Amino acid sequence: MRTAERTPEGARYPELVRDASLVWLASGVVGVSFGAIAVTGGLPMWVPVVMSLVVYAGSAQFSAVGVLLAGGGPVAAAATGLLLNTRTAAFSLAVAETVGRGRLARLLGAHLVTDETVAFALAQPDPVRRRAAFWISGLGLFAVWNAGVLVGALAGSALGDTGTYGLDAAFPAVLVALVLPALREDAALRRSALLGSALALAVTPAVPAGLPVLAALAGLAVYGRGGAKGTGRGRGGERADGRDTA
Amino acid sequence: MSATVAMILALAVGTYAFRLVGPVLHGRVELPVRVREFLSAGAVVLLVALLATGAWTEGGGFAGWARPAGVLVGGVLAWLRAPFVFVVLGAAGATAVLRAAGVA
Repeated sequence: MRTAERTPEGARYPELVRDASLVWLASGVVGVSFGAIAVTGGLPMWVPVVMSLVVYAGSAQFSAVGVLLAGGGPVAAAATGLLLNTRTAAFSLAVAETVGRGRLARLLGAHLVTDETVAFALAQPDPVRRRAAFWISGLGLFAVWNAGVLVGALAGSALGDTGTYGLDAAFPAVLVALVLPALREDAALRRSALLGSALALAVTPAVPAGLPVLAALAGLAVYGRGGAKGTGRGRGGERADGRDTA
Repeated sequence: MSATVAMILALAVGTYAFRLVGPVLHGRVELPVRVREFLSAGAVVLLVALLATGAWTEGGGFAGWARPAGVLVGGVLAWLRAPFVFVVLGAAGATAVLRAAGVA
């Protein structure tokens, strides 16, 4: 479970590894269920395994396989997955500085941009810890997710319903814990997030998966006033990063 | 199977392109402070919307009471600044217990 402890960053930040390992554990189990669902649904074993390596986005993978298994066809499957993943563009902008400047860091880091890893990185108080958190969480999650999917694809239907363990509640709770510090200290951000989430929930029954979360960005319309105060403070320092999310 | 291969490739390439937007633009385009603030705020707004829809909905419908109840337990623990492990296990445990008790 704690494979990232082998990396220097993991050794320097044991508490990041400890917190990330819980996310890895939960993701690993979800990965197992993804592999099992795909194979028991009738897809060849390589489909979930290869998909997890090259797409590496849980919700998009579940949706694409769901569309395939429901007979929706490959075009609809790809479109659904892509729509769900449009949010990763916004996330990649938010962690661009965190990922690093080297060409390899950019190319590799981009592939590791997921909801959990972005939330985990942005929850850290300073840029150095943010970078460590991004890479520890990202590399560990990639390893555990893919190992989980492989195990699930091999085990097939031998596993029961993972809903029994309540893991579907663990992920939203993880996100709550990670965004709370940012929400606590910024009233404008709280208003935006509240409005955005209300919009997302309201449109969920009516629009395709992936769009509700994007609709939430409209909540930024009320970010204006608190943000204007922030601009004044931000100009005082060299970097906007100093005050942003954590 | 070639249609499936094409689907996986299209999804992989498209997703990777989305993910490259930030790292590629960074350092090439100097974004104003105000824009960077909006990007950070946007990420948090997206994450909160993800957790809200993840807590309440499943496949476009209501997810049942067990899941949001578990998330609420985790959220209260996080609010009380409980260690991360208690937040995660508290949420999953509460939902598992509710389901075992027959709450969907």
